[in-house]
Amino acid sequence: MTELEVNGQRRSVAAGPDTPLLYVLRNDLGLVGSRFGCGNGQCGACFVIVEGKAVPSCDTPLWSVSGKKVTTVEGLAKGGELHPVQKALLAEQAAQCGYCSSGIAVAATAFLSQNPRPSEQQVREALDRNLCRCGAHNRVVRAVLRAAKEMQP
Amino acid sequence: MKHPRIRFERDRTVWIASGKVELGQGINTALAQIAAEELDVAFERVRIVPPSTAYSPDEGYTSGSMSIQEGGKGVREACVQVRGMLLAHAAELLGAPLGELAVEDGTIRAKNGNSVTYWECAAEASDSPPAGAGVKASGPSKVVGKNAPRIDLPAKVAGKPAYVQDMTLPEMLFARIVRPARPFSSLTSLPELKLEGATLVRDGSFVGVLAEREELAIAAAAKLRAKAVWEESPVPEDFHRWLRENVSERSILKEIKGSSAGGESLKASYSKPFIAHASIGPSCAIARLKDGKLEVWSHSQGIFGLRHELSVVLGLPLESITVNHAEGAGCYGHNGADDVALDAALLARAANGRPVKLQWTREDEFAWEPYGPAMALELEARLDAAGSIVSWKHELWSNGHTNRPGRSPKPALIAARHLEKAFDYAPAVDPALPAEGSGRNAIPLYDFPDLQVVKNYVRETPRRASSLRALGAYGNVFAIESFMDELAQAAGADPIEFRLRHLKDPRARAVLDCLKNSWTSWRKSEDRGHGIGFARYKNIGAYCAVLAEVEAGEVLRVKRLVLAADVGLAINPDGVANQLEGGAIQATSWTLKEEGRIGAVSWEDYPILRFSEVPAVEVNLVKSEAPSLGAGEAAQGPTGAAIANALHDALGVRVRDLPLTPERIVKAME
Repeated sequence: MTELEVNGQRRSVAAGPDTPLLYVLRNDLGLVGSRFGCGNGQCGACFVIVEGKAVPSCDTPLWSVSGKKVTTVEGLAKGGELHPVQKALLAEQAAQCGYCSSGIAVAATAFLSQNPRPSEQQVREALDRNLCRCGAHNRVVRAVLRAAKEMQP
Repeated sequence: MKHPRIRFERDRTVWIASGKVELGQGINTALAQIAAEELDVAFERVRIVPPSTAYSPDEGYTSGSMSIQEGGKGVREACVQVRGMLLAHAAELLGAPLGELAVEDGTIRAKNGNSVTYWECAAEASDSPPAGAGVKASGPSKVVGKNAPRIDLPAKVAGKPAYVQDMTLPEMLFARIVRPARPFSSLTSLPELKLEGATLVRDGSFVGVLAEREELAIAAAAKLRAKAVWEESPVPEDFHRWLRENVSERSILKEIKGSSAGGESLKASYSKPFIAHASIGPSCAIARLKDGKLEVWSHSQGIFGLRHELSVVLGLPLESITVNHAEGAGCYGHNGADDVALDAALLARAANGRPVKLQWTREDEFAWEPYGPAMALELEARLDAAGSIVSWKHELWSNGHTNRPGRSPKPALIAARHLEKAFDYAPAVDPALPAEGSGRNAIPLYDFPDLQVVKNYVRETPRRASSLRALGAYGNVFAIESFMDELAQAAGADPIEFRLRHLKDPRARAVLDCLKNSWTSWRKSEDRGHGIGFARYKNIGAYCAVLAEVEAGEVLRVKRLVLAADVGLAINPDGVANQLEGGAIQATSWTLKEEGRIGAVSWEDYPILRFSEVPAVEVNLVKSEAPSLGAGEAAQGPTGAAIANALHDALGVRVRDLPLTPERIVKAME
């Protein structure tokens, strides 16, 4: 049994220690918002936040997050309300198929917590680890800038 | 009242069965808008039922930018029928003449003040109302033609289950497939290996594994893949030369015999490589074979075609198979969706009635999805003294651009040819004109007095090939519009004016006119250039002109794209803009970076455009009440050509082979 903290809840799972976190989230914990894209950390569809940083859960063995705080896309919402980044993605209709959206929401949230007043160029560079094939990039960038604005105190 | 496509639920929602499937293009939202408009119910009340062969109308494939035209028509007709049934019944209930009833958000009101709702009428209404009862009086539309938010995005952005990849069924097993990264003829040897917690499934050269846990299936498949030995198939080194040397059939798509007199003659060769769909989510399917009945969940573009093919390969009668559509990641044509569904069904034979979820890996997808075919093209034209084109010849070499399941008596899906009892394989073919496949948009929309368009069809395929967004239009328009630029230069003409000189169609002229301001207000600076591309998709679809602005430094960067499009009446203008912009960005990626090499298995082998490389995009829609035309594929060809033309404007060099890589640009400059 490995213990970990996901979205503020302590969970223990019976998966082997080398199991990629992605499959634990999706199959053991029913958190399917982290999507499978490539299996080797090249596309960003499975991003989760570990200790404040966006990391690919497909490339993160379970043992390495033992005792650490993991936030998935499902954990971004607070009190039943979507995170400002998620709201902004909807406001800008910043998706087509939406498969990359949850990884982008996670990456953007982690980025904005480090850099609350980014320039457009900084947003683009921050999202370079997230691939989008539908071509929703510009809408996504507008959404992240909108979220940054709305999150200002 | 009982209608096969529309039902009214107690929670005051309306459920519509569509034959077209959501591919990430937003079709469900547009169809919901059409239904809301025709029925006079609030947009928020409309739900679109995922299609299934069990109950949906067979509307063929969701392809070719035809979903609004075909699927929209089907929904509209069904709504008019149902509205008629409900109104006729309401007229009786309310004691009012049919013509005096008004509907607002599903509540039918008579002039005498009495009212009844659709939901109250639905059960008792007659199935055969008077003719024309449901036809609405013409008036301004309330929902259609206005921006509507995508109905599927809230769940997707929140990370809720949304895709077939996210489905779980009781007792479900996880599966992986074992295939090499390169085309092969057979599996020569597979040593006996101890697989921890996984079961090997093998039928001839078809190999997969089943496991209770996904990571165990992954580990077992990796172990087998490392030890398996395959007889690889030979692959030509130069696809384009190979195409020219292996022609199966030469045909003339169009010929106008005019005078061949004229002055200067120009000739140029172009090419496009194999291009991957490269969806972010690799293909996935769930299959369950129990008591002789097969049920499949798939993100196929054509659930009926897939069902047919499953029936052929598995030897099951059609009525024993149900294929349910479940969304996948973005679909840009015929990707691995159908293949993975057959793979899953074959593995389900070994699962004792338990459902099997098969997730293709990224490697499987890059190695085995059907790529958009490579093309070679040769163009020749003659200009008269006044600078007009008097003669035009276009010749192309290509595989067929469709290899979809269910369209040929022989199976097209890959596993079928690897089974112990192997099936003969159906080659990729082309649809007939005017849509065509490799010849899509090969016939120019321009008016030329002397014209010949020739297609050389190559039956044999060095790698799997089928439909990718725009099919042959991307290669053909790239060549035509690059060549138009070369001719404009030879004629000493402005590129927009030169195109207009040869173009009578007023809607075509209007989209080009729309770019004039952006074109003339641009200022040249070092290493910067701008270029134009134009086409009417399939020559019968949406009109689209694209202006590209580039910067040619160490690599070619596209800074800005301006699009002008006429798609007729846009059901959801924001949806149309999203599709056009997405298409243009994807085509920018194809044009700058993408070349499908045999053996590519990862994003490192097959890079696509990233956030910081994406150009600014401006979309201008020409206002129109003309019949709606699909928008999803219109930008592909014009974008590629506009970028190549802008590169020429920046550096004075012409690169005629895609993609426009730094190596090719340097070579052209030498």
